[in-house]
Amino acid sequence: MAIKERMSGNEAVAYAIKQINPDVMPAFPITPSTELPQFVSNYIANGEIDTEFIPVESEHSSMSAAIGASAAGARTLTATSSCGLAYMWEVLYVAASDRLPIALALVNRGLTGPLNINCEHSDSMGARDSGWIQIYAENNQEAYDNFVMAYRIAEHKDVMLPIMACMDGFITSHAVENITLLEDDLVKNFVGEYHPEHYLLNKDEVMALGPYAVSNYCMEAKRAQAQAMMNAKQVILDVAKEFEEMSGRKYGLFEEYRLEDADYAVVAIGSACGTAKDAIDRLREKGVKAGLLKVRVFRPFPGKEMAEALANCKAIAIMDRCESYSANGGPLSAELGAALFKNKNQAEVLNIVYGLSGRDMTVEDFEKIYEDLADVAVNGVKEDSYRYVGVRE
Amino acid sequence: MLEDKFKTENIDETVRWQDLTPGLQIYESGSSRLFNTGEWRVNTPVVDFEKCKQCLLCVPYCPDSSIPVKDGKRLDFDYDHCKGCGICVGVCPFHAITMKEGK
Repeated sequence: MAIKERMSGNEAVAYAIKQINPDVMPAFPITPSTELPQFVSNYIANGEIDTEFIPVESEHSSMSAAIGASAAGARTLTATSSCGLAYMWEVLYVAASDRLPIALALVNRGLTGPLNINCEHSDSMGARDSGWIQIYAENNQEAYDNFVMAYRIAEHKDVMLPIMACMDGFITSHAVENITLLEDDLVKNFVGEYHPEHYLLNKDEVMALGPYAVSNYCMEAKRAQAQAMMNAKQVILDVAKEFEEMSGRKYGLFEEYRLEDADYAVVAIGSACGTAKDAIDRLREKGVKAGLLKVRVFRPFPGKEMAEALANCKAIAIMDRCESYSANGGPLSAELGAALFKNKNQAEVLNIVYGLSGRDMTVEDFEKIYEDLADVAVNGVKEDSYRYVGVRE
Repeated sequence: MLEDKFKTENIDETVRWQDLTPGLQIYESGSSRLFNTGEWRVNTPVVDFEKCKQCLLCVPYCPDSSIPVKDGKRLDFDYDHCKGCGICVGVCPFHAITMKEGK
């Protein structure tokens, strides 16, 4: 029997960590992810899990310690947000290129500045090319479920890459919502024991990790790493299918909400998608064919699959909860825009920046976007397609 | 059991990306012996065995194990791996090692 509870996103992910009981967690506190090491420390202090917690002096150290622990053969995780992730930058690439299946619970918060602590995707989007798998949650339930699935994806022999499970800071991490948890033994059996093929503490095999490789070998290593990311797509789907059989909850690379016959589609990531669904329900009652494509997996990027799902739309708003200061729109806009072009989609496209630094995104904001989509579907995009929603101007 | 194709002795610059280990991990010890890193050297230490008293002080100071020892005596440098750092020149109490310009 599933367990009905009320939890915040941070509580939910901490609960998943407790059920998985990983071997090592080096972490350094930063708002809004601080509760994660705090809850895990409580579990350890109460004797509920035997994870080795390493209090480190910085995030550069937490990721470095995670790399060491994972290379040694331990199932490893850490948690961070915003500038903490930025401080890990250098070693994020090392974790990925050394092919270490570390899990990182990322609570999305904007990068400074101006200095602020609220939700934005600029932290994880900045790390989008670091070689980590990235999965995003809309709410606490998905944050929990994604974390339960994380190690199965990362540790798969065709993948062996680190994974970032992301949720929106405060909106998801701190707001308490209803949630359905899985029983401890179900999670334990689903995630399984970690038995790496090669690891530093193996007394029967010597091993060296991260060797120097210049122009004569480096490119081959990167090509193989790129293949692992491509392989991750199928593994994510396979793990999701198995998860569905256990939990009844269905996941894919992205979610389609009333998208099948939609003329106008919004594409977004994270908690704002719940608000978009509300707007869509209201508009559908008025006969407007509105739909949503919620991106769950950003790395590997399911460009072709998303373009195909959007094939019949007349106008699409691609929404970025971060700036990339490219003077051309945010990262989701750029990548999905390219995928739509490759797939020869004919829709008009708006590239919208919204919700920066925790700015609320309301149902009315979405209704206005669908109005704009109906307009550009008929009249074309007259002004620049790159625009802000919810900014004072 | 390590597959033959992953043994460093079987890896050279003709090997395809599909046939390298993930992350170029190495599952053997001593594989650096296979690589002629001595070619990085700019200047070269030369030992004068007339002056050498076989005190062996140079051996532990060598950062690259490039001074082989056999039967309690040092042999000539392993120039395939000596990078010419010159530390041995500085530590030799008998001025038996000098630096020669070039490889």
